[in-house]
Amino acid sequence: MIEVDGLVKRFSKTVALDGIELAVPAGSVCALLGPNGAGKTTVVRILATLLRADAGTARVGGFDVASDPDRVRELIGLTGQFAAVDEALTGAENLLLIAKLRELPRREARRRVAELLDRFGLADVGGRLARTYSGGMRRRLDVAASLLGSPKVLFLDEPTTGLDPRSRADVWALIRGLVADGTTVLLTTQYLEEADRLADTISVIDRGRVIQAGTPFQLKARVGGQTLTVRPVEPARVRDTAEIVKRIAGAGPSGDTHGDVVSAVVPAGSDAAAMLAEVAAELRRAGISVGEIGVRLASLDEVFLALTAKELVA
Amino acid sequence: MSPARVVRHGAALAWRNLVKFRHTPDQLLDIMLMPVTFVVMFVFLFGNAVSGDWHAYLQFVIPGIAVQALMFVSLGTALSLNTDIRNGIYDRFRSMPIARSAPLIGHILGDSVKYVLAIVLVFALGLVLGFRIDAEAPAIAAAAGLMLAFAFAICWIATLIGVAARSAETVQALSLVLIFPLTFGSNIFVPTGKLPGWLQAWVKINPVTQLSDAIRGLLLGTPAYATIARSLLWTAGIVVVVAPLAVFTYRRRA
Repeated sequence: MIEVDGLVKRFSKTVALDGIELAVPAGSVCALLGPNGAGKTTVVRILATLLRADAGTARVGGFDVASDPDRVRELIGLTGQFAAVDEALTGAENLLLIAKLRELPRREARRRVAELLDRFGLADVGGRLARTYSGGMRRRLDVAASLLGSPKVLFLDEPTTGLDPRSRADVWALIRGLVADGTTVLLTTQYLEEADRLADTISVIDRGRVIQAGTPFQLKARVGGQTLTVRPVEPARVRDTAEIVKRIAGAGPSGDTHGDVVSAVVPAGSDAAAMLAEVAAELRRAGISVGEIGVRLASLDEVFLALTAKELVA
Repeated sequence: MSPARVVRHGAALAWRNLVKFRHTPDQLLDIMLMPVTFVVMFVFLFGNAVSGDWHAYLQFVIPGIAVQALMFVSLGTALSLNTDIRNGIYDRFRSMPIARSAPLIGHILGDSVKYVLAIVLVFALGLVLGFRIDAEAPAIAAAAGLMLAFAFAICWIATLIGVAARSAETVQALSLVLIFPLTFGSNIFVPTGKLPGWLQAWVKINPVTQLSDAIRGLLLGTPAYATIARSLLWTAGIVVVVAPLAVFTYRRRA
């Protein structure tokens, strides 16, 4: 449903996109994962016909976004990073405006607005000005507005950024519901948990390039599923510990320090148990007493840090 | 895109502006505050000094203040357009299959109510205080037409400022830099003859002077056709130059 090939975008001197590849089959959810400034939003803006690429092609539903933007616009819904809600209108009026712009017949417009308010848990507050809404309500209204035209493809740019955990869970449930209806979803996020929970495929983007792509499971496996964690008894020895772990777990900044705990991703293909024994022996030789040591499955957060950190070195 | 669809999209966005106006009637205060302050301040404070008697001054100043009120309404047009463009809402509009010009049409169409209201309110206040129209219906209609045409022209200036400015502060600053020389550097408040010579040169060509004079003439029974023609020429000139510039800037920005 979405095909992106060799997409390049420059803003004056900075290269925002440096040859992005992406393929999202119909009815699936793809997450673009990456840190701030990685180029996620730029990809979405090009796909949503808001921005022109400098090179490469992007197709949505078979239509080229550059040469056939109006056909693409018929197919898509966009929820941007900043809530596109008019605060001086009520929730219902916000939706009615979009319905009018979509040229729905009056009766159908009213029906769709009522239906969406209901579905998004906004029926009670539909008559209130949007400026009185909480962040979570605004987001839901925003997503509802992007659904009014019954889009085949929905772009969600950081749909849960700035939301409390409860509203985040609400938005997740909504997105799952959409996919059940057959909508193709492309979402961007900085949260691995979000990508993990929602996406069929994840493309990790860093500095304008896709550095990894696959299912959440494949990504975790590819980077090396395990993490080595050590907590020295004396906090003063954290730095020495980190050096030892770094040396054994392999050079590179994957050795990470959080307060008094040192953790490192076990590289794919290495023997985690042997590494654990080696680290323990080294620590004893250095005279560092260990409060806690072990190997556990890496979280996606660690995978992500490992991936983007490698990029930094390379 | 067919013209009928462009009109439908524009009308939907005009509807949005009108609904907002209904929800926030304090916008009415924005429209009224300036003209009322100016009428009261100038008529009672300076009226005697300028014209020797405040009744005579009222006859002179009301048409000018109506013109000034239009300029202040345009500040609101520029601000709301600018806010829209900087918010996510324009991204949504642009990602939809609607005419690209629709948001501009919507703003101008939707705000036209405010311009009409501003004119009506200033003259209503004038009539209460003793302003007397000495003209037949066609002349009054002509005066109204001139003012609305001019409102349309400054709407485009406001649009240009709204789409070009990077922040609301810039909109304010640019608008005021434009509004003050145009209104105070005109004969709205003081007849051209009583101004210093160096200023008169500007005042005489100022479109606000032309329009104020044309309206005074039409409403007070002394129509001056040359002034009316010059005012229309100015109005047309502004539209012809500024409208394409505004659309161009909008397309580049949006």
